[in-house]
Amino acid sequence: MHITVKLFATFRNGRFKVAQQEHPDGTDCRKIVLELGLTEEEIGIILVNSRHATLDHLLQDGDTLALFPLVGGG
Amino acid sequence: MDKILRVNMTDLTTKLETVPTEWAGLGGRGLTSTIVAAEVPADCHPLGPNNKLVFAPGLLTGTAAANSGRLSAGAKSPLTGGIKESNAGGTAAQMLARLGIKALIIEGLPKADKWYNLHVNKDGVTIQEETELLGKGNFAVIEDLEARLGKKTGVLTIGPAGELKMTAANISVKDPDSKIRSHGRGGLGAVMGSKKIKYISIDDAGAPGIKIADPEKFKVAARTFAKALLDHPVSGEGLPTYGTNVLVNILNEAGGLPTRNFTVGQFEAHDKISGETMHDTIVARGGKPKHGCHAGCIIQCSQVYNDKDGKYVTSGFEYETIWGLGADCCIDNLDDIARADNLMDDIGIDSIETAVMFGVAMEAGILPFGDSKEMLRLLTEEIGKGTPLGRILGGGAGSVGKAYGVTRVPVVKNQGIPAYDPRSVKGIGITYATSTMGADHTSGYTIATNILNVGGYVDPLKKDGQVELSRNLQIATAAVDSTGMCIFIAFPALDIPECLPALIDMINARFGINLTGDDVTNLGKHILKVEHQFNIEAGFTNKHDRLPEFFKTEPVAPHNAVWDFTDAEIDEFWNF
Ligand code: SF4
Repeated sequence: MHITVKLFATFRNGRFKVAQQEHPDGTDCRKIVLELGLTEEEIGIILVNSRHATLDHLLQDGDTLALFPLVGGG
Repeated sequence: MDKILRVNMTDLTTKLETVPTEWAGLGGRGLTSTIVAAEVPADCHPLGPNNKLVFAPGLLTGTAAANSGRLSAGAKSPLTGGIKESNAGGTAAQMLARLGIKALIIEGLPKADKWYNLHVNKDGVTIQEETELLGKGNFAVIEDLEARLGKKTGVLTIGPAGELKMTAANISVKDPDSKIRSHGRGGLGAVMGSKKIKYISIDDAGAPGIKIADPEKFKVAARTFAKALLDHPVSGEGLPTYGTNVLVNILNEAGGLPTRNFTVGQFEAHDKISGETMHDTIVARGGKPKHGCHAGCIIQCSQVYNDKDGKYVTSGFEYETIWGLGADCCIDNLDDIARADNLMDDIGIDSIETAVMFGVAMEAGILPFGDSKEMLRLLTEEIGKGTPLGRILGGGAGSVGKAYGVTRVPVVKNQGIPAYDPRSVKGIGITYATSTMGADHTSGYTIATNILNVGGYVDPLKKDGQVELSRNLQIATAAVDSTGMCIFIAFPALDIPECLPALIDMINARFGINLTGDDVTNLGKHILKVEHQFNIEAGFTNKHDRLPEFFKTEPVAPHNAVWDFTDAEIDEFWNF
C-alpha cells in the first residue's frame, strides 16, 4: 500500500520532509518509525490524516503519516 | 522594603506608599488585577480619568530563578471593556523588582494639553514634561533615551498608535538588546496615551536588590526548577531551536491553522512560513536562532531575524504574528512578515490584533488576500500616521468588521482570536469564550493537551473534557502569571513532577512562607473570580462568554468541524 510520510522539526535532519513509501498491508506506525531510525521515545506526536494516532495504529492505503518530536510554543 | 509608587497625572504628584498587608502575597497579574478591581470603577471609560494603569513585577522577579523576569501591566481595557492583564519580558521588570517596587500605579488625566514622561529611580518617581519624542516610533525613543541616560536605562514606551489612543496599541518594553518586547493585548498603550505619558525610563543604580529569606533552600529549588526546564523536550530543545513558530506545521497538519480569515484550517504555503524554514533562514543569514527576552531566560524561544544581506530585520518573531499575517492573510513571504513585525513594534501596535484585523480587512476588500506590499503600506502610511482609515485599522479586528459590515469577525469580547481554530481545537475555544481577557490563548493553553501531547491528551475534535481542561489551565495560568514566570514553564510543569513543587519552594524561600500546592491553586481561582466580578460589574454577562456565530454555522476543512458547545456547557466553566 501507498503511504505518504511527512517529517518535522529535528526529524528532518539527515532525512526528508515528505516521502512516498510502499508498505505491506497491516503496517503500523511503529514499523515506519523504526525503519526511519527513530526510537519510540523520540516520538512526540503522530498524526494520521490529520488525526492523532498511536504507534499501534494500522495504516491504510493512501494514508498520510506525520511525525513530530515533542514540540510546543504559543 | 517593598513599596508602591503612585503617580497622579491630574495634579502631577507622586507618592511612595507602603504595601498594604492584603497585597503583600501578590505579584504580577494577581496584583495588577487586585488593584484594578479595588480602585478602578468597573463602569468607567477606559480612556477617562478614572482608569488606572498598573505595572507589577512577579513574586520571583529580580531573583536568580530562571525565566522569572516578566512584567505585568493591568487596567480596564479599551479594546474589551473588561479587566486586562498583559505580561511581557524585557529589562523593566527586573529593574523595578530590584528597586523594591511592588507596583507602579498611574492614575488621573492631565488637565493641560501637554505630554509627560516618568523617570523611576531609587528615590521614587518624577514627572517631567515631554516635547522632543512626541510622534516618534519606539525604536527612536529607546535610542534617544540610551543616548541621554545611558545604555542600561530601562524603558516602557508607546509609539504613535498609543499616542493616538488606538485600541490595538501596545506598551513596548526595552529588551536586553535595546529592541522591543510588548505588553501586546487589550490596548494598554491607549491607556498610557490617554494619561499623556510617552515613556517611562528606569534607572536602578543603587537599588537595594532582592532579599531572600532562605537563600540555601532557594538555591536548591532554583536548581531543580532550571533542570526541569532544560530536561523537557519542548522548553529544552524545541523552543530554543525553532521558536514558537514550530507550531505552524503542526497546526497545519492537525487542521487547526486558521487560514484566509478563518475559512479553512490549512494553509497551502505553510512550509514557507514554518519554524523549520525560519530556523534555516536565520542560520543561513547569520542571525540568532536562539535569544532570551530577559536576562535569566534559559529557554530562549526568541531569535534575531536578518534580511538577505545579513542586516537586522526583527527579533521576538512569534508564531502568532507569522500565523496571522501568513496563513490568515495568505502571505507566504517570511521576509515581508518580518518587516511588518518590525513596523508593528515601532508603531506600537499589538501584532496579534493587527494580524487578525488584516484578515478581516482583506475579507472587507480593503486589500486583497496575500498582498503583503499593501499591508506594509497600510501599516506605515495609514496606521502609523493616524489617517481616518488608519484609525479604523488601528482599532483592531472588531473595528474593521463594524466599519465595513463584515460578518466573519473572529473576536471574543472584541479581542481578536489567535492562531488556533476553535472548531477543530475545541478546548482552546472554551478558553477564548470564557477568558476574562477576551479571546486569549495564553490564559489557558489547551493546545498543550489537545495537540502537543503535553500534560496528557484530550481529543481536540471532541467536546469531552474540554471545559475541565480549560478551567484547570486557566486557574494554573493565573497563578503562574503572578510569579513573574514566562508561561512556557508550563510545558515542563505539566509533565515533570518536580517542576511545580520547585517553583512553590522558590516562592516560600524568597518570602519565608509556607505555601502549598493547594494555596497556589486557590490563588489562581481567586484571581479569576476577582477578574470575572470586575467584568460583571462592567456589564458583561454569560452571553459574552460566546464565540462568534459563524463558528457554529460554517464547518471548517479538513475536519468539517463546527463549534457545537451549548451555552449551558460553556457556562459550566465558572462552577468552581
Ligand atoms: S522562553 Fe521566550 S517568551 Fe519566555 S522568557 Fe524566554 S524568550 Fe521570553
